[in-house]
Amino acid sequence: MSIPLNPRYRFETYVVGAANRLAATAAKAVAESPGSVYNPLFIYAGSGLGKTHLLMGIGHAALAINPQLRCEYLTLDEFVEAFNAAIGAGQGEAYRKRYAEVDLLLVDDVQFLTHRREMQAELLRLTNSMLATGRQIVLSSDRQPGEIEALDERLIQRFAGGLVIDIAAPDFETRVAILRRQAEERRASFSPDVLETVAAIGASSVRELIGALNRLIALQAVSETAIDAAQARAILGRGESGGEEPPAKAEAKPAPARAGGAGTEAPSDEFGAFLSDVVSTVVQQVEAWRSRVGEAILRWEGEGYRTSRLSALLEEEAPSDPEMALQEFSKDIERLRLLQAEAVELDPALAGAAVFRDPDNVEEARLQVERARQGTLPPPAPAPIWQLADFVEAPGSLLAIKAARSVIAEPGRVYNPLVIVGGSGVGKTHLLHGIGNELAKAPGSVVACLSAQDLIDDLIKAIDKNRVNWWRARYRRITALLLDDIHLIAGKDRTQEELFWLFNLLHQATRQMVFTCAVPLAQLTGIETRLLTRLEGGLVVELPLPEREARVAIVERLLREKVGEADRELADYLSGRPVDSVRALQGLVQRVLNAADTEQVRPTAALARPLLEGAPAAPVRRTSSGRTSGVLTPAASLRSREKVVWDWPDVGDRLIEDLR
Amino acid sequence: MSLVNFTSREITCKLVYYGPGRSGKTTNLHYVYGRVPESRRGRMVSLATQTDRTLFFDFLPLDLGVISGFTTRFQLYTVPGQVYYDATRKLVLQGADGVVFVADSQARRLDDNVESLQNLQVNLLQQGVDVRHFPVVLQYNKQDLPRDLILTPEELDEALNFRNVKSYSADAVRGTGVFETLKGISELVLKRLAAGSAA
Repeated sequence: MSIPLNPRYRFETYVVGAANRLAATAAKAVAESPGSVYNPLFIYAGSGLGKTHLLMGIGHAALAINPQLRCEYLTLDEFVEAFNAAIGAGQGEAYRKRYAEVDLLLVDDVQFLTHRREMQAELLRLTNSMLATGRQIVLSSDRQPGEIEALDERLIQRFAGGLVIDIAAPDFETRVAILRRQAEERRASFSPDVLETVAAIGASSVRELIGALNRLIALQAVSETAIDAAQARAILGRGESGGEEPPAKAEAKPAPARAGGAGTEAPSDEFGAFLSDVVSTVVQQVEAWRSRVGEAILRWEGEGYRTSRLSALLEEEAPSDPEMALQEFSKDIERLRLLQAEAVELDPALAGAAVFRDPDNVEEARLQVERARQGTLPPPAPAPIWQLADFVEAPGSLLAIKAARSVIAEPGRVYNPLVIVGGSGVGKTHLLHGIGNELAKAPGSVVACLSAQDLIDDLIKAIDKNRVNWWRARYRRITALLLDDIHLIAGKDRTQEELFWLFNLLHQATRQMVFTCAVPLAQLTGIETRLLTRLEGGLVVELPLPEREARVAIVERLLREKVGEADRELADYLSGRPVDSVRALQGLVQRVLNAADTEQVRPTAALARPLLEGAPAAPVRRTSSGRTSGVLTPAASLRSREKVVWDWPDVGDRLIEDLR
Repeated sequence: MSLVNFTSREITCKLVYYGPGRSGKTTNLHYVYGRVPESRRGRMVSLATQTDRTLFFDFLPLDLGVISGFTTRFQLYTVPGQVYYDATRKLVLQGADGVVFVADSQARRLDDNVESLQNLQVNLLQQGVDVRHFPVVLQYNKQDLPRDLILTPEELDEALNFRNVKSYSADAVRGTGVFETLKGISELVLKRLAAGSAA
């Protein structure tokens, strides 16, 4: 249905002069980047001035650059005929589809649209669809769009939205150049004045001009001698006075080009040719930003980002700095990527959120991440009731306390990790939280201080809710990890693995870790060697049961806290009782205080003796929380860091962990 | 010097014709001047004598009109070729976007060509210009002289064109090769537009 491109109609054979320079330049620009420069391109010119040549030239040049390009040339008449045939055959949709696939559509002789309203509608629809998809349409006509009778106003506007450009009749020099080229193509040789005579006959179109030349060629072929200017004038029916005179200037033609020279014969309008060249190059270079922006749009859209900002840039006639705008855009995308990565770490549910796809709204994405950050609960902090200052120093615990002080002075640098080993109830937890409270005083610190059991529970919960990443993120941002009763992770493979990675991460970042353990590390079973060796790699200190003097001090302090004064005798008596832990000592004190409270008397040694030595001690009552062992703790911290052996996680939880 | 100014929407190309004395630089400019319509060209300026020192160069501004919304101007300069005008040459070379090296094809001028070419490289280097990435074309002028007096373009390429840039044969008096040379250098310079504006 469409016409093949005439191989003779190429840019190379198109003579450019002042009259058609703009059109030729625009055509070249369109051929070099179809769809991105002037779309639609509307060329109008009188008959025989080279519209078809230019249209086909665009097709040839575009195909030379991109052979994959789907390019169609057709005249409006064919367009109409094909359409009518398609409608007649009930194939209107197939007809439309066919043009929907063309990348470069060249429509000749659009002036025949006059009074064809259904064709105008069809062309409008086609133009719209091609513009919307960035495909090039080039039209030619013998008059401007506005002068085509009864042409739809919308079509006129569409055409005006691209570039409407005209070709005037060629000037004398261009006419000579055209004739010379034609003569060369036909392998005919004429003297320059013959060609100038032909150029001067006042032909109104190039076609007429070439017709005249053809007559001369035909005559010369049958005559013996070369035709001269006078004969030419006679043949063409012009007297000496006919037509315009060739310009008087008859400068000698430049010497023939030599090796290395660029041109064959210098065209008469050297500056014009130069200008045309420069214009073409400048248009290419200056408009190059459009293709770069177009490429960027394709790329980022392909990756799912919104590109409305770049599209708006393309709409602009001449943005102040397109390169900068492109760079800014890329930077915004980079920011979005970082934000998204962080957000996903914090909350996997945020993966793919639309807010991370809009570079025009980076601030919104930042706020989203901020919210996610705040939504991340900080890990459990050290309990404020256990302050390092309250920890009673005893000669046996001196080493542990010194180590604790060094750790506080230079967290992460001296003993990392610090492992405090001691029997139950000797004050490991107190010391641990004491260290934690000191470390937490540093600005910007996030201290996680919790029992290993809580850590296990927390992890199981995270696994259950499929938020392990969130759990990891929560712990990975801490500046210090203080884990009580590390022995409890025995047999908990998943916890050990997570702890192993966390350990490495914190260790590399020189963040302090302190662990407590109820049994010497050598006796620990059920803990992976890789973790165990890491624990041993720091400093392991023992915290023994305080000596009697220290126990006296502890009891005195307890009494002062509870009843305001310390009975020296009572303290002495109590600390002399056989106990295996500070906690048991605290239990004794509590029993005496309870008894004194019941009997409404002051707690004294006299009161305590029959109580403790008479009847066997009452079993320790479990509180509702089930987690304290008669320790004097404020109600608020009843769900304390203290541990009791029976406090394993539910069988269900353990099953979940094992299954995972 | 910014070649493309997106804010004021201007493109300005400064092209310098360089070469030994009497190689035909000014002739090149005169020929261009003669071929440019009056509306497009500015006054051709030839500057001489400023105080005691001789300051001499030719200047031809070309107004190429508005291209793609950019007011496009070319400024063609020649440098004085004589060896002792090096200060002036440096001055003219400042901010050049491209250089046409006009060589004298006469065999006896080969040394002058080489010397001038070296001088060009030194002067560009002094301005911090990397000669390897700077637009330069060669023009072998006076190719119309008798064969036994001149070197062929091939021989001149061999002697001068070690960077393998574009070279053009010319006869500047009659205009052969003048516009080809100008086109060649303009294309090189303008092709750097995008890169220059992105920097």
